[in-house]
Amino acid sequence: MAVMTYLEAIRETLRQELRRDNRIIIYGEDVGVRGGVFRVTEGLQAEFGEERVIDSPLAEAAIIGTAIGAAVNGLRPVPEIQFADFIFPAINQIVQEAARIRYRSNGDFGVPLVIRAPFGGGVHGALYHSQSVEAFFAHVPGLKVVIPATPYDAKGLLASAIQDEDPVLYFEHKAAYRSLKGEVPDERYLIPIGKADLKREGKDLSIITYGLMVSYAQRAAETLDKEGISVEILDLRTIRPLDVEAILDTAKKTGRVLVVHEDNLTGGIGGEVSALIAEHALFYLDAPIMRLAGPDVPAMPYSPPLEHAFMVTPDKIAEAARKLAKF
Amino acid sequence: MADNSVTPELQKDIYYHMALARALDDRMWILNRQGRAPVVYSSNGHEAAQVGSAFALNRGEDWIVPYYRDLALVLAYGMTPREIMLHLLGKADDPNSGGRQMPAHWGLKRRHILTTGSVVATQDIHAAGLALASKILKDGRVSVAYFGEGSTSQGEFHEALNFAAVHKLPVIFFNENNGYAISVPARKQMAVMDVAARASGYGMPGVIVDGNDPLKVYEVTRQARERALAGEGPTLIEAKTYRFVPHSSDDDDRAYRSREEVAEWKKRDPLTTFEKYVLENQILSADEHAAMQKKIKETVNDATDFAEKAALPDPSTLELHVYH
Amino acid sequence: MAGSDALYGLGLDAKKIETMYYYMVLSRALDERMWILNRQGKSAFVISCQGQEGAQIGVAAALDPAVDWVAPYYRDLGVVLYFGMTPRDIMLGQLAKAEDPSSGGRQMPAHYGSRAHHILTGSSPVATQVPHAAGIAWAFKLRHQEAVAMTSLGEGSTNQGEFHEGLNFAAVHKLPLLVVVENNGFAISVPQSKEMAIQDVAARAAGYGIPGIVVRGSDPLAVYQAAHEARRRALAGDGPTLIEIKTHRFTPHSSDDDDRSYRTREQLTAEKKDDAVHLFRHWMVEQQLWDDEREKALRQRIRGEVDDATDYAEAAPYPDPASFLGHVYHT
Repeated sequence: MAVMTYLEAIRETLRQELRRDNRIIIYGEDVGVRGGVFRVTEGLQAEFGEERVIDSPLAEAAIIGTAIGAAVNGLRPVPEIQFADFIFPAINQIVQEAARIRYRSNGDFGVPLVIRAPFGGGVHGALYHSQSVEAFFAHVPGLKVVIPATPYDAKGLLASAIQDEDPVLYFEHKAAYRSLKGEVPDERYLIPIGKADLKREGKDLSIITYGLMVSYAQRAAETLDKEGISVEILDLRTIRPLDVEAILDTAKKTGRVLVVHEDNLTGGIGGEVSALIAEHALFYLDAPIMRLAGPDVPAMPYSPPLEHAFMVTPDKIAEAARKLAKF
Repeated sequence: MADNSVTPELQKDIYYHMALARALDDRMWILNRQGRAPVVYSSNGHEAAQVGSAFALNRGEDWIVPYYRDLALVLAYGMTPREIMLHLLGKADDPNSGGRQMPAHWGLKRRHILTTGSVVATQDIHAAGLALASKILKDGRVSVAYFGEGSTSQGEFHEALNFAAVHKLPVIFFNENNGYAISVPARKQMAVMDVAARASGYGMPGVIVDGNDPLKVYEVTRQARERALAGEGPTLIEAKTYRFVPHSSDDDDRAYRSREEVAEWKKRDPLTTFEKYVLENQILSADEHAAMQKKIKETVNDATDFAEKAALPDPSTLELHVYH
Repeated sequence: MAGSDALYGLGLDAKKIETMYYYMVLSRALDERMWILNRQGKSAFVISCQGQEGAQIGVAAALDPAVDWVAPYYRDLGVVLYFGMTPRDIMLGQLAKAEDPSSGGRQMPAHYGSRAHHILTGSSPVATQVPHAAGIAWAFKLRHQEAVAMTSLGEGSTNQGEFHEGLNFAAVHKLPLLVVVENNGFAISVPQSKEMAIQDVAARAAGYGIPGIVVRGSDPLAVYQAAHEARRRALAGDGPTLIEIKTHRFTPHSSDDDDRSYRTREQLTAEKKDDAVHLFRHWMVEQQLWDDEREKALRQRIRGEVDDATDYAEAAPYPDPASFLGHVYHT
């Protein structure tokens, strides 16, 4: 057991998986010699060679499209998209191909593929290095979307994603890379995809969230605890498939629900979570469901006051929770 | 492994598959006009390019990633006429997709035919990916992507060729250039005469071949395959051919090309040309030819009857195969 | 003036040569100041033109900013200065202030754009600007305007599908377009040999049926000549030209990168010997177009401009947070 950053947990999992299964290959822009622009893959090419840790040409559709072909032909590709914002040139390959191949071939073909991509803002990344893109993909049956919130989960979920027989998008919040630390067991373990994690028990209200926002919600909960507001936190871990049971359980228990994400409000996961609760747990609620999310502007601006205005913070979460508790 | 010599047996086999493909194709149009098949995409006119290249491969072992025009190709690659007709009619036992996809969206793992979608040029990258795995796994397979000239305007064509060239992958990019992307002629598609001219921009050979001559296609494909297996990387083959029918049963080609143009190309119909060749050179005797025609007719009838009687998919299967 | 016949043959006079040199030196000086601001913690991010000034000014000088449009990429400080952005404009963008003409502080630095200066706004995903520039050129053609579009990109970006689609489209329609590849040999850390299996990006031109030209970026006049000829062809209705400029990146990819992991110091030292700013100055001196006194005066002037721009931008206000909901749609 070692204390690791979120980034180290991902790197060490990749290393462990590459050692475990020689069908796994990693590739993407700058992942080899440079070890990735965030250094997530640092040292992996030195250990596993250029044939398994590959610097690809600058072409995202080619990265995902070749990964599909390689997966069909017996490898387990784990390509990286350098920033989630750059995934769009490959959306045709991900949505139209990877997600549909099993269905369209009536189960004859499958695409075991994990696409890793750093996402999220608050890192001076502006419009094209800050985006949260998960909702686009969560809309697509055939894909799975995983967003770990802790170093421990980063490891167990990544190992599960690599073991999965279907395409998995694995999003890593850039601000979590070095700011989140935690204990990570040395041995391999799997965290099931589609299972949420009850991070904190409480009785007054539930915060349902995922990714970096989980730790922000925890900070808000500590503040609120001192004010006498008891907060329950559900970490979704996976936004497709959603853990419907866990969502309904916490909603029924506290009767007040705040859904939090950094992704844009409209059409975000919060809408789906809210709809599930409205459909299946409406009469348990003591207050309308509340959403706190990134505002409906196309992407995050760069200049510090604008970036701050966009970001969801522990303070903003605490403020929203206070309002909900008072309803 | 593929037999490299052009034996009489091989030539007979090529002719048989070309003729069978044409006959199946003709039957599909009849079924369409009778209202029994909603849509048809043809290989009519492309048979030499498709069958000639297929026989140069290690059929069923090398990967092919076809496009919608490749009926003759998948037939030569081991998909049975019954399977093809099941697909056309969207029946439950269609091995391509269980009736989920439109006709001519081929895919059969048993014969190493990768499933294909409708968005053109996506398959070029998949072929590169299959070849990436073959290179790493050292499995001795090559991959071949088949595509029309219109799809070479797509970014994915470019990305696939570049990726394959950088990594010297065992892949062949096989272009069936019939001069039209639905209604758009090649001169409005690209400012070059030959798709093969693009190869030099990736550092790979670009080969132009008469796509109406199956033996020439066989030869260039065989060479490209050897090159791929020798670790020398990809080849772009451009087979110049013509489509004798509209783009699909929903198209009317009179709007965009003259009957004279079609008639001119018909003089070089690959099927009649090759038929003449095998008969004149006594590769195929008149008796053998007659027997073959009879067999083809029976095979097409059998496939049609079989598929028509086959069950449609059960609606309860709608939600299957979303995930593993 | 010795050697001036050659210059006049290019349609250049001494004044224009000096103007080109001024913009090269100004680009370098502004860029160097940005790094200082970054290291002082005053600017979060820098991405440089250093090493590419000769390429950028050689191209820009062959265009007519009054009528032509450019769709540059993030290294094109020289191009946007030549097209009319002021040092103050640049520093306002660098420090993300409200008055930043490119984006009002919304985009990262070096994401240039200004309708007034005929500079199309750009994003971070590479090669998206190639189809845009083809579209601008198409509009020129359809409106029978005597103007061209120029787009520039790095060699790594030529592997994107959008490069291919944009170039093919422009070639089919014979559009008045210059596609300029500033080939500095690296896509962040990935060397050209791992990006493509060819020596020259210009070799791709043959696949589109257009000319592909290779020039050295340390020779701004050769660049100018190639761009000038490409513009002439474009205006004559002969279609686009692909110009590949062999150049250098003297800095890491950005202030967040460390190039020591993928480029030896020896290689960098060798590259720095091929510096257009120094070589052009030597050439001007040889041609008796330039001397130490003029150099000193120029440096002083530019120092003043850079200081002024820095002071102005530092004192300028940040955007009002309330403004961040604006411009999502037309109002």
